[in-house]
Parts: sequence; structure tokens; C-alpha cells
Amino acid sequence: MAAPFDTPVLGDVDERRIPALKVGAMAESKPYVATAAHQEPLGFPGVLEDGWEKKAIGRMGELLGKYRSLQVFMDICVKCGACTDKCQYFLGTGDPKNMPVARADLFRSVYRRYFTTAGKLTPGLVGARDMTKEVLDEWFNYFHQCSQCRRCSVFCPSGIDTAEISMAARDIMDTIGQGQKYCNEIIGKVHKVGNNLGLPAPALLNTLEGLEEDILDETGVPVKLPIDVHGAEVLLVTPSADFFAEPHVLGLIGYAKVFHAAGVSWTLSTLASEAGNFGMFIGNYEQMRKISMRIRDAALALGVKRIIFGECGHAWRVAYSFLNTLAGPWDFLDPRYPVPQHILEFTNDLITRKGIKLDKSGNDGMVLTVHDSCNVARGARMGDRPGGQFTIPRDVIRASVPKLIDMHPDTICEKTFCCGGGGGVLTDELLDLRLKGALPRMEAIKEVADRDQVNFVAMICAICKAQFTKVLPYYGFKMSMAGGVHQLVSTAIVLGNEQ
Amino acid sequence: MAYTSKGASIEADEEGYLININEWNEELADQIAKDEGITMSTEHWEVVNFLREYYAEYQIAPAVRVLTKAIAKKMGPDKGSNKYLYELFPYGPGKQACKIAGLPKPTGCV
Repeated sequence: MAAPFDTPVLGDVDERRIPALKVGAMAESKPYVATAAHQEPLGFPGVLEDGWEKKAIGRMGELLGKYRSLQVFMDICVKCGACTDKCQYFLGTGDPKNMPVARADLFRSVYRRYFTTAGKLTPGLVGARDMTKEVLDEWFNYFHQCSQCRRCSVFCPSGIDTAEISMAARDIMDTIGQGQKYCNEIIGKVHKVGNNLGLPAPALLNTLEGLEEDILDETGVPVKLPIDVHGAEVLLVTPSADFFAEPHVLGLIGYAKVFHAAGVSWTLSTLASEAGNFGMFIGNYEQMRKISMRIRDAALALGVKRIIFGECGHAWRVAYSFLNTLAGPWDFLDPRYPVPQHILEFTNDLITRKGIKLDKSGNDGMVLTVHDSCNVARGARMGDRPGGQFTIPRDVIRASVPKLIDMHPDTICEKTFCCGGGGGVLTDELLDLRLKGALPRMEAIKEVADRDQVNFVAMICAICKAQFTKVLPYYGFKMSMAGGVHQLVSTAIVLGNEQ
Repeated sequence: MAYTSKGASIEADEEGYLININEWNEELADQIAKDEGITMSTEHWEVVNFLREYYAEYQIAPAVRVLTKAIAKKMGPDKGSNKYLYELFPYGPGKQACKIAGLPKPTGCV
């Protein structure tokens, strides 16, 4: 299928210019609206019903009361402008409503009308707006042009988190019957089948058996991908894309080889066959909790001692930052290990203790760079030191490949750009947005590709992997240039000499 | 949206995936493929037929790797690659081939 739109022209990272404003450029960009079939299984109204305006304001009031942060974010913005040129969607589209401050103001203007004295008395003077269908549609379009990556919040002197505002807006829209099809269809599949893909247990078993055959053919070593094994030490929870898609599956093979080489018993679970938790993307606590409870139920049913998460950015934010309150207490797990643990912490620890052996020649000729996945970079941590979420993936990569070059400092670690597909926008009807949102990242890749012959971009998120695979070719790169960190571990790890 | 095939109207979603997979027929597959800019060849049919067989058994499209292995078995090892499948279905073998085969779109981080 040919691109029905233009791919942006790459600029120079060192001389990043604020794009010329293109007012209304993305006014028509929107995802599909969820139908009743996607809404109702989640307990949301199927369609907008009479009186939705009042209901929306009621829900806004509830959220303002529940989340003190949201209330503060509404009141403290002084319009300093620090965030304006920090969002990849603004940089890629030039649409001023994609400036984080403008996006937040879509919400804030309604907040002012109903929750501040000035807005109630003199709405016109304070930029306060009634909640109308026009406003709602604007919300729907522009709150689905935010990937909730939180880059803007790094630069905000007050720490205003636009992601949280965008989550609140989506929660309100779901509550009144105007949800997003992509997220809600997927959440429905998790409740019904157990994972985002809707991969039923027999298909999952068949897929895993095939992978075991492949590994045996390639290495001569009978590495297993166990599932529903009662009494295993570790429950691995990983995004279902790891079972299904390329290059994701190469990472799954990597995890399996690490467990095999380390001699640690582990299992996947048909009940918790998904790490991802799109409940966060729609800002809905109940959905997020319900999805998380599957992991608890699986861990209890299988009697495991540890839970490890595979490479999934937002899943790690939910796991690291919220899992304890969502689905804890986890007092039945082994307290000697982090609850939960990231697969990179596990692998890095083994490398450090010489519990596994890596041979870089398995990745000869590769020059790597790292794309820090946004939810890991800004929403979580790894290891026991600040910045572990940046050093641990790089340490594992350095142990696996001959050369690692970092991209421009404005584009990595806590300043990393979103891949362009996070936060529930990884859907085909938003491809134009995804392509434009990927612009700053593509510029940074091009710089190291041209200067340092970088030929592979490593990442630790299923969304990033799918997004890069899709957009890289539009910018003249090979789709095979993107993959997971455990894909590299997989081709470097020495098997067959286990103790 | 809806397709018209063999005189009947066949309902599809906004993106052209069939609502009821049982309404699929080969003529319709040709028509969907044409909309996608694809002319169905023997190789395309091998993929589409395999997808439908797998779906009938497992209620989901096969993982990309399951598909490449099956194609390698049927059409020779040189064709059992993700790259070859992308040559056949440039928008991605998962989504585009599923659409032509009348199957639901794979969802999630894919």
C-alpha cells in the first residue's frame, strides 16, 4: 500500500528548528471510535447518550478529587512555553495544538468553565469553554495525538505531566461513550482471551512448540519454552507480540536461552499471557487493576517465587510503579528478589556474576545504538541505582555486541523521544501521525548511521519494535534494523556448557 | 463499509476486514486484494489458504514465524522468510494477508 501522505524530510539534530506553525494541520487526524461491541464489555456506555455533557463534567470532578496531581496541573501552568517544542508530534506535524501546553489547555479550558469562579462568571475572559460536541471531538482527535510519553514533563519547570491529563481525558471519553476502538477492543480481548492479540491457549502452545523446534534446529540445544508449569521458580510475563510478531519473537527466544543457560526454572502462563496493560493508556484505574489481577492469579495458581517482565515499555511502568497497589501484596513471592523484576535486571545480574557467558562474535559487524523506550525511561527504573533503566540495557548490549554508539544527548535517556507509536496510537488509521511523530527519532538515527555506521537500533518495548518496523522503511532504513536487546543476547549467548 | 460479491452485500469494518468471516469467498479475496493493489498469484493463494486453515483450527491467524515455516515447507526454503512475505504483501503479511483471507485484523503491539 502506498503512503497516502508525505514522509517528513529529516533535519539536522544539532540545529533543530522549531517548525513553522501549521494551524489545523492535524485537525482531522483521529482514531476509530469504539463501537458498542468494544465499549460494553468494559462496562462503558456503547454510544454517547443524552446528558453526556453533564456526565463528562461529573467524571471530571471525580478525577480532580481522586488525583490531586490533576487538580494541581490544571492550576499551575503559567504558559512559560518551555514545553512547546518538546513533543515529537508537534515537531513532526507543526500543528500548534500538539504543543503540550495547548493539548493540556483543551482540558483546562473546560475545567475552568465548571470548576473555577472566574470561569463560571466570565468564561470569555479566562479562556473557559462549555463542554460541547465540538470540544469533545477536538479532545478525541488531539488526546489521541499524545503518546503519553511524558517528554514534555521533563522540561516543564512545574513538572506538569501532560500524559496524566491525556489519560484523564480518555477516561472521561470512555465513561460517556466515546472511547477509542484500538485500545478498547484490545482490553476486551485481554478479559476474554487473556492477551492483546486474542491468542487462545491452543494457538499459544502450538507457537511455543514450533519455537522450541527452531531453537533446537539452530543451536542443537533443547531450550524449552515452558507454559503453565506448576512450581516453576519464575513466572515470565511478556507482551503477546513476543509470541506473534517479528522481530519481537527473537527476543522471546533470547529470554528462553538465558533461563536455560542460567538453569533457572521458569514458566509462561496462559492466564497471564500479556504484560501490556492498555488500561493505563485509557487512564482507567479499574481496567488497569483488572488486567493486573490476572498476573496475581497466575502467580498464585502456579506457585511461583518470582515474577519477571519481558521487554514491554508501558508494562514495566505499570509493573514497577503501580503493581503493588494494583494487585499486591506480593508477600507470597521470594523477598530476596525485586517484585517484580525486569528481564534485563535478571540477565544483567547473570552477566555480572558470570552466570551466563556471552560471545560478542555472535553479533560481529553490528554497530548498535539504543532507543530508550519512554515508559521505561521516564516512568520507571531498573536496578538499585538512579538511572539504572539507562545503564542496565546498555551494559547488557555492551556485553553482547562489539560496538555501541549513543545518539544525540537531547534524544536519549530521560530526554528520549517516543517512537511515535506509544500510548495507544499504534494503529493503522493513525499512520500519518505515527510517521510524523517518529521524525525526531529518525533524525537522531540518521546522524549516527551516517557518522558512525550504526546499523541496528535496540529497544526494550513491543510497541517500539512494531512502530520502528513500520516507519523505518518510510525514512529509507531497513525494517530489520530494529529489534530487542534480548535479540542480541540470543545471538551472543553461549549454550551447551551449562553446569 | 461493505463489499458486493456474487450479488450479495458483505459487511466489513472501517478498514475493510470482514465482520462475518463465513461470508468470505475467493472472488471477494480477489476484490479485496485489488483494493490493496495486489494481484493474486499462486504464491498469494498459498499464504491466504494457509491462514484460513490455521484460523479454522486455532481461531487466530498464525504467528509470523509459524507462517514463514509453513510457506517454506510448501514453496521451498528460499520463500520461507519474512522478507519474501513482505514482497507478496507489502503492508505486512499479518494484516494485509488477513484482510484478503477474510480474517480479523491482528491486534496489539504488532
